[in-house]
Amino acid sequence: MYIIIVGGGRVGYYLAKALLSEGHEILIIEKNARFCDLINEEMGSVCYNGDGCEASVLAEVGTNRADLFIAVTGDDEDNLVACQVAKFKFKVPRTIARIRNPQNEALFKKLGIDVPVSATTMILEAIAKEVPTHPLTHLLTLSDKGLEIVEVRILPNAKTIGRSIKSLHLPEETKLALLIPRDGKPIIPASDTVLQSGDQVIALIPPELEEDLRTTLTGI
Amino acid sequence: MKVVIMGCGRVGAQLAELLDTDDHEVTILDIDAFSFKRLSSTFGGTALIGNGIDQEVLKRAGIEEADVFVAVTQGDNRNIMAAQIAKHIFNVPRVICRIYDPLRKEIYEMLGIEALSPTVVFAQLLREKIETKVK
Repeated sequence: MYIIIVGGGRVGYYLAKALLSEGHEILIIEKNARFCDLINEEMGSVCYNGDGCEASVLAEVGTNRADLFIAVTGDDEDNLVACQVAKFKFKVPRTIARIRNPQNEALFKKLGIDVPVSATTMILEAIAKEVPTHPLTHLLTLSDKGLEIVEVRILPNAKTIGRSIKSLHLPEETKLALLIPRDGKPIIPASDTVLQSGDQVIALIPPELEEDLRTTLTGI
Repeated sequence: MKVVIMGCGRVGAQLAELLDTDDHEVTILDIDAFSFKRLSSTFGGTALIGNGIDQEVLKRAGIEEADVFVAVTQGDNRNIMAAQIAKHIFNVPRVICRIYDPLRKEIYEMLGIEALSPTVVFAQLLREKIETKVK
């Protein structure tokens, strides 16, 4: 695949390295000439010195034949514009933009970016997972299906301990996939499964039902 | 009309003053409080510190009730992003955006953003001046 990366900072650098080792054709576009020289010295001529938001630069590097366009500069607005120009002027089939403000995830999707990647959200979620009092954790988002997989922990203060799943009246669209007891093997929860303190429940839900699921499963 | 202006540079400040004189309700945004020194003491609108590509800041500036949004910061991309937020998230009836780069201006006009390129406008103006002098 021919992959264009805008931004030769740390993210762009390691991304290029990883993709090169997979055998892809890579081009980095970087504004700072010094960064460019450093990258070219190390990886061969893979870095083009210029502004990745400028149509003339994108034309010169053959953006119209790129399979994938990834913008990873430190500025959300630059990543947005680079991807939009690539997508709407050069018809690149898939664009990925790094974002710093998690709020921009929905915005970027609405504005035509195929995949916005929010490192901030990922870091926050990874940390939240390690906070033991956090009852609900995102495990995976299936954005094209409008669903997500979450984990709900039944903490010792949950009001639902000792109750069966069927008595809880879970939201209809909820699919409970797995129940991992504190001790013992994971099971597929049935309607007569009884919740115990320390259980981890893995569920598949539409994102808007998150709060609903958490309160029904824990009673708090 | 209620107008929100992003960027209190020379153009933004001048525009804010003109609209204020014409009795429009003006809110002007800038990330740097120092920029507001460009506004005269008689300016009757609101000056607000904040980044216009942040939806929370735009809400505080009253974007939800605005009739017009104008993006005139120094950064083309910032203007473009803010204009798209105003248009597609807050449905502001009229959104105008300054884009210095003529190529980028063309692309975003195709995408339905009302854009002005000072580069193009000024070059044309100069040409007119030069050519009329010659005649």
